[in-house]
Amino acid sequence: MARLPVSPEKLIEQFGPHRNYPPQEGFVGRDEPDEIVNTHCCFCGMQCGIKLLVKKNHVVGFEPWMEFPFNEGRLCPKGVQRYMQNNHPDRLLQPIQRQEGVGFQNTSWDEAMEKTVSEIKRIQASYGNDAFSILSGVSLSNEKSYLMGKFARVAVKTANLDYNGRLCMVSAGAGNKKAFGLDRISNNFQDLERAEVIMISGANVSETFPTLTHWIWRARDYGAKLIVVDPRVIPLARTADLHLAIRPGTDSALYGAMLKYLADHDMLDHDFIENYTTGFEQTLEAVKDYTLEWAEEVTGIEKQKIELASQWWGKAATSFLLHARGIEHHSKGVDNVVGCINLVLATGRIGKPYCGYGTITGQGNGQGGREHGHKCDQLPGNRDITNPEHRKYIADVWGIDEKDMPGKGLTAYELIEAIHRGEVKGLLSICFNPLVSLPNNNYVREALEKLEFYVCIDFFMNETSRHADIILPGSLHEEEEGTVTTAEGRVVRIKRAVDPPGQARTDTSIILELAKRLGAEDKFTYNSSEDIFNELRVASKGGTADYFGITYKKIEDNMGVFWPCPTLDHPGTPRLWEDKKFATADGKAHFNAAAYRPPGEVTDEEYPVVMTTGRVVSQYLSGTQTRRIGKLVDLYPEPKLEIHPELAAKYGIGQDEMVRVSTRRGSDEFPANIVETIRKDTVFLPYHWPGKKSANQFTPGTLDPVSKIPEFKVCACKLEPLGIKSPPSTDSQAFASV
Amino acid sequence: MPETNYQTNQEFFVDMQRCIGCKACEMACAECETNGHDSMIHVNYVDRAVTIQTTVQVCMHCDDPVCANVCPADAISKDEFGVVHTANTARCIGCSNCVMACPFGVPKKNEAYDLMMKCNMCYDRTSAGKKPMCATVCPTQALFYGTREEIARMRPNSSPVNNFIFGNEKVSTKVNIMMPKGTTVLRVD
Repeated sequence: MARLPVSPEKLIEQFGPHRNYPPQEGFVGRDEPDEIVNTHCCFCGMQCGIKLLVKKNHVVGFEPWMEFPFNEGRLCPKGVQRYMQNNHPDRLLQPIQRQEGVGFQNTSWDEAMEKTVSEIKRIQASYGNDAFSILSGVSLSNEKSYLMGKFARVAVKTANLDYNGRLCMVSAGAGNKKAFGLDRISNNFQDLERAEVIMISGANVSETFPTLTHWIWRARDYGAKLIVVDPRVIPLARTADLHLAIRPGTDSALYGAMLKYLADHDMLDHDFIENYTTGFEQTLEAVKDYTLEWAEEVTGIEKQKIELASQWWGKAATSFLLHARGIEHHSKGVDNVVGCINLVLATGRIGKPYCGYGTITGQGNGQGGREHGHKCDQLPGNRDITNPEHRKYIADVWGIDEKDMPGKGLTAYELIEAIHRGEVKGLLSICFNPLVSLPNNNYVREALEKLEFYVCIDFFMNETSRHADIILPGSLHEEEEGTVTTAEGRVVRIKRAVDPPGQARTDTSIILELAKRLGAEDKFTYNSSEDIFNELRVASKGGTADYFGITYKKIEDNMGVFWPCPTLDHPGTPRLWEDKKFATADGKAHFNAAAYRPPGEVTDEEYPVVMTTGRVVSQYLSGTQTRRIGKLVDLYPEPKLEIHPELAAKYGIGQDEMVRVSTRRGSDEFPANIVETIRKDTVFLPYHWPGKKSANQFTPGTLDPVSKIPEFKVCACKLEPLGIKSPPSTDSQAFASV
Repeated sequence: MPETNYQTNQEFFVDMQRCIGCKACEMACAECETNGHDSMIHVNYVDRAVTIQTTVQVCMHCDDPVCANVCPADAISKDEFGVVHTANTARCIGCSNCVMACPFGVPKKNEAYDLMMKCNMCYDRTSAGKKPMCATVCPTQALFYGTREEIARMRPNSSPVNNFIFGNEKVSTKVNIMMPKGTTVLRVD
C-alpha cells in the first residue's frame, strides 16, 4: 500500500523540505576545527576538491582545496553551500514506518529490517523473484554502486535493478560503446586548453558544471573559437564566437548536415578514416540529402551559421567536442551522440593532445556509477550481463553459480511502467527521487500507489519516499569512505568526515545487514569500503572499465587515477586512443549512420509551442538536497517559464504574469520571465521542483529505443495567459510544493 | 599594525567577460560572520530581458578613497597595503555619505546595524597570505587574485586597467578591470 498515509502538507511539516541556514553568528568551532578533511563536492560530475571543516562530529564549514588539480579551489554556489546538508533539521535519524492516518512513526532497526526482508520474501514467493525491484542512483560511490548490483543479483536475486543514470547519460554511453567500444570521455579537461575549436552541444556548462567554464575560458585566452549549440543563450553562449540556436529535437539533422559539408568540401582525414575506422560510406550515405538549406529548415539555424561551424570544425588542427543532456535526453539521444562522434572521427581529431571528445557526465558519480553494475544490463567493469563469458567471470568473483545470476532486467522507466501494470509489486529505492526526476510524473505517482511494499534508504524524506512503507535512514556523502569517478574518468577518494547522526547508519551497513537477513551473509563479508573497492578492482579486471591497478593509496598519492588502469604499476590513462586501437571487437572506431527523424511529440494546432526543460545553477537534480539549503533556494526560489517577447506578445503575456502551461500529460501555472535569450518558438522550464511546480508533469515518457532514456528535452505545449501578476517568488514556497 | 603575511605583489583583477552570473562569489563572501552573512560583492543582471550578461562589483580600493574622504566620523581608513577597510564600527554614524560618494556604488548601509559595510578584500585571509574568498572560488576566474605577471601571461588578449575617468574626475584604484588589449583607461561619461 503505497498511497500517502496523510496529506503531503502534514508530511512536509514533519520531514521537510525545510530551508537550512547557517546561524547568524556562524557555526561554533569553525575557526578551530578538530579536523580538516580533503574530499569532494557531493553534487555534479566535476567532483571538485573541497576541504570540510569538522568540529565535534559536525561539518561546520568549508575551505577551498587549492591543490586539487581540476578545480584548484574553485567552486560553484552549490559547492560553497554543500556543507549545509549536514546539521540539517530534516535529517532522518531513525527508521520510520508508514501508519495510515498518522504519517510515519519511529520503529527499531530490527523491526524495520525484519519487515523489509519478510515483504521481499513474501512478494517474491507470491509473484516471482523479479516482482521485487530496486532503483539505485549515481550519487552513490563506486563501492556502493558495485554493492547495489551485487546485492540485487546475489541477495535479492532479482533481474529488475536499474538506476537514475538512465535519466542522465545512457544515450552517451550507448553511443560511445557503438563507436569506441568503451564509455568514457576521451581526454581529461586540460586538453581543452589548446583546442582551436570547441563545440559545446546541449550542455549548459555555466549552470550545470560551472567550474568547467574555467577550462573553456582558458582555451579562449589562447584563441580558441567557441561554438555553442543550444536553444537558449546560456551564459556560456553570450560571448561565444558562434551560437547555434537550435530548435529542440533536431540535433541529429545539424550533425548530419555538418558531416555532409565536411565530405563535400573534402575536410576529412582520409588516412584516419581508411585505417582506423569502419562504416564511413554508409554513414555518409544516410546524410547525402542533408543540404544546408534542408538543415536550416529543420533546425531553425541560419544556413550561413551551419556552414561557418562546419568550416571551423573542418579546418581546425585541434578541437574538443563536448555534449550533455541537451542532446542525450531525446527519443533519438543515441543518434544525436553518434552524430557528434561522426564529426570527430571524420576529422580524425581524437587520441592526440588537445583533440578530445566526450559527454559531460552530470551526476556526482555518473561515470563510476555507470560502470560497475547497478544498471539492468550490466556487470562490473562495464561488462554485459547477457554475455556468457562476462557472466561466468563475475559469477566466479562473487562465488555463485552463473546459472543463479539473474539476466537483463527492465530499465528505470520501463520498471515504473511494469509497476503501473501490476507486474512488479515491490520496490527498494536508494538515492533516486523518480516523482520529481522521471517524466510524466502523474503517471509515476499512480504507479507508486500500486506498490504492495516500498522501502527507501535515504538521509532525507523526498517526494517519492513519502509513498514508502519503511524508510531506513542512510548516510550522506561525507559520512562514508569511498571513491567516485569524475566526468574526466578520474577516480578520486571520498573521505568520511563525520559519522551518521542519531541512529542513522551508513548505506553500506544497511545493505550488508539486509543481505545477511536475506541469507547471503557469506557473500558480503566486508570490513570496510576499501574491502569492497578491492573486490570491485578484481571484478572490473579485464573489462573495458578496468580499475584493477587503482588502490586507495595510489588515488591519494596522485590526487586521482584515470581508468583504465589494468596493473598496479600502470600510471592510469588521462587520454584515450593514443595508439589508435579502439576497444571495439575489430579494434577500429565505428561510424554509425544517423538519419534524422523527428522527436516523439511535435507541435500541432492544439499544442503549438515547443517546450524544453533543464537546470538552474543553484539547484541539483530533483532537489532532495538543494531544495533544503536556504541560500540556494533563495537564489532561484521558483521555476519560471522562459519565453521570448514575440511569443509572449502573441499570447498577451506580460512580465511576471501567470501563464497556464498544458501538455497532454499535465497542466499548471507558472510566472513568465520574458527574455530575448530563447528561441521564439520555444519555452523553457527548469525541472528541480515537485508537485504543481514540477516540469516533469509535462514531459513525455517516450524512450530512446536503444538507451531507453526519456525525452525530457522536447514536447508540445499550449499557453494560456491568466492576466494576473505572480506573487513574489520568495513567497512561492516552491521548494516544498505539493 | 600587527605583523602580517600580506603579499604586496598580489593584485585583484575583474573580467566581466568571464562572469557567468553563478553567484558563487556572493555565496562565499556571505559565509563570513564578520559580514553578518551579507555579501560584500554584488552580481547583477545588466538587463535580463535582453541579455544574460551580469556584472560583478567589488570594492575597487581607490588610491584616494572618496568614501574615506567624505566620512565625517573618520571611520574609513586605508592601510599601508592600499586596502580600504570597512567602517570602524565604533566610529561609523550611519550617515551614508560614503554610500552616496563612491563612484562605483560599493558601500552599502546596513539599516539593521545602522552601519556601513563593504569589502575589505578579505583582510583576514589576505593578511595571512591567502587569496580573497570570492576570487578563490570564482569558477570562471572572472575574479582573479595574483600577480601582474601571471595575468599578463594567462590573458594575452586583455590588459588590466585601474584608471577611470568620471566626467572631470580621475580615479585610480588598487583593483583592476580587464579590458581589451592595449586599453589604459576606462572613461565613464
